[in-house]
Amino acid sequence: MVLLNDVKMKYPGSRAETLRDIDLTIQDGEFVFLVGPSGSGKTTIIKLLTGEIRATGGRIEVNGFDLRTMKRRNLPKLRRSLGVIFQDYRLIKDMTVYENVAFAMRVVGASNREIRKRVPYVLDLVDLSGREDRYPRELSGGEQQRVAIARALVNSPDMIIADEPTGNLDPARSLEIMLLFQKINELGTTVLIVTHEKELVNAFSKRVVSLSDGCLISDGMDGYYGYES
Amino acid sequence: MSLNRITYLFREGLRGVFSHGFRSFASVTVIAACLIIMGSFGLVAVNVDNLIGNMEEDSQILAFVDESLSDSDARSIEGAIRTIPNIRDVQFISREEAMDNYKNTYGDSSVFENLDATVFRNRYVIRLNDITLMRETATAVDAVNGIADVNAPVSIAEGFIAVRNVVSVITAILIVILLVVSVFMMSNTIKLATFTRRDEIAVMKMVGASNGFIRTPFVVEGLILGLLGAGIAFLLQWAVYDFIAQKISVSVAANLIQVMPFSLLMTPLLIVFLAIGILVGAFGGAMAIRNYLKV
Repeated sequence: MVLLNDVKMKYPGSRAETLRDIDLTIQDGEFVFLVGPSGSGKTTIIKLLTGEIRATGGRIEVNGFDLRTMKRRNLPKLRRSLGVIFQDYRLIKDMTVYENVAFAMRVVGASNREIRKRVPYVLDLVDLSGREDRYPRELSGGEQQRVAIARALVNSPDMIIADEPTGNLDPARSLEIMLLFQKINELGTTVLIVTHEKELVNAFSKRVVSLSDGCLISDGMDGYYGYES
Repeated sequence: MSLNRITYLFREGLRGVFSHGFRSFASVTVIAACLIIMGSFGLVAVNVDNLIGNMEEDSQILAFVDESLSDSDARSIEGAIRTIPNIRDVQFISREEAMDNYKNTYGDSSVFENLDATVFRNRYVIRLNDITLMRETATAVDAVNGIADVNAPVSIAEGFIAVRNVVSVITAILIVILLVVSVFMMSNTIKLATFTRRDEIAVMKMVGASNGFIRTPFVVEGLILGLLGAGIAFLLQWAVYDFIAQKISVSVAANLIQVMPFSLLMTPLLIVFLAIGILVGAFGGAMAIRNYLKV
C-alpha cells in the first residue's frame, strides 16, 4: 500500500515547490495511472516512492515502510518490495535476456536453484520464452521493455512502478505492454504507471490520478484523462 | 553469507581486475613502487637502529681516576658512579689490568717488557643504557669526586643518532605521502571499473541490493591489486636488499656498517607489505564506489 499525506517537495536551489500538499492512497492490488504534463511532478513522486529523494514535508508510507523515519540501511528492503521500470529499459548490454533477469535475483541473494526455477517462469509470463540467450541489442524495443518488466517482477515485488514504460514504443507495442501490466495486476501485484499517453490511458478503465504544477488535480476511477495536454 | 554468494562476489572482483588490464597493471606497479620506496627507507631505519643498538652494547665511557688516590680509594668511587642515571654497568680496571690489556692489544711483549703499571691510571669502564644521553652521563661521571678525566665517544654516538632521527622523519613523511598516493591510484583504477559497470550498479540499487553487496566486488578488486602489488614489492625488495647488503659486505664500510641479514627481516616486512596492500586496496576500493552508494 502507498500513502502520501500532505507531501511537499522542494529541490535544493529551486524557488518553487515541485510537489505541493499531495494526498494519495493506493491500496494493495490496485492499478493506477499517474498522469500529467512534463514538469508536473510525476517523476518526483516515483523518486520519493523509491527512496531516491526525501520529501521536504508530509508523510509517505510504501509497503509498510515509513519513509520519513526509515533508516538508510533499510532502503534496500524497501526497494525489494518494489519493481521499477523505466522508459529507457536500463538493461545491461553485455548480459543476455536470461542473465539480465537472473542478475536482479542474484544481487539480492537468491540461490542458483531459486534462479533456475524462477527466471524461466517470469520470462514465460512476459512472453519471452525462447529469447533467453539474446542480447538486448538483438531485441525490439517492446521485447527489451518486456525484459525490464521480467526483471522488475522476478523478485516478486508487492508493487510495480513504471515510469513512462511505453515512451519509446509504437502504439501497437505500447498496447501490448499495457496489457501485460494488466495481466500482472490481475495476478495480484499493485501497478502504478506514470505516463502522459492519453489514448493509452483512456483505453483502460482504470483509476487515473492527474498532476499539474505539482498539485493533484483529479483522482478518478473511470479512466478519464483529467487534463488537456 | 553463502558460499554461492562469496564465490559470486570474488568472481566479480576478479572480473574487475581483468576487465581493464592496463589500468590494473599500472595500479599494481605504482603500489609496488610506493611499497619499495617505503620499504627501503624502513629497512634503512631498522638497520640504523640496529647499528645504534650494537653501539649501545659496545660503546663505553672510560672514566680515569685521579692518580693521587690510592687503589682502595679509587675502588670506593664505584658506588658514587653507580648512582648516576643511565648507567647499565660499571667495571673497575686497575693499573695492572689496564697494562695487561694494553700489552694484549698491541702484542710484541718485548717492546713493553719494561713497561711500568704506574704509567697507567686506574679507570672505570662504564656502559650505558641509552647512548643518546651519553654526553649528559659523561658530564655527570666527570663531576664525581676522584674522577680526573672522562673519555666518551660522544661525537660518533651523536652522529648515528642524528642519522637515525633524519631517516626516521623522512621514512615517516614518505610513508604518509606514499600511502596517500597509493590509495589515490587504487581508487582511480577502481573508479574506472565502477564507471564501466555503472549500469549494473544502478540496477543493483534499483532492485534492492545492499550497499555491502554492491561495494564488495570493488573492495575485492582493490584487495587483489593491493596484494599483487605487495607480493611484487616484497620480491623486488628482497633482491635489492640482498644486492646492496652484499656490496656493503665487500666494501671498506664493512667494518663500520653491519647490514642485518634479510632472513631476519623478511617475515615482518612481508606482513607489513601485505597489511599495507590490503589496507590500500580495501580503502581505495571503498572510496571508489562511495559516490554510487549515496542514492
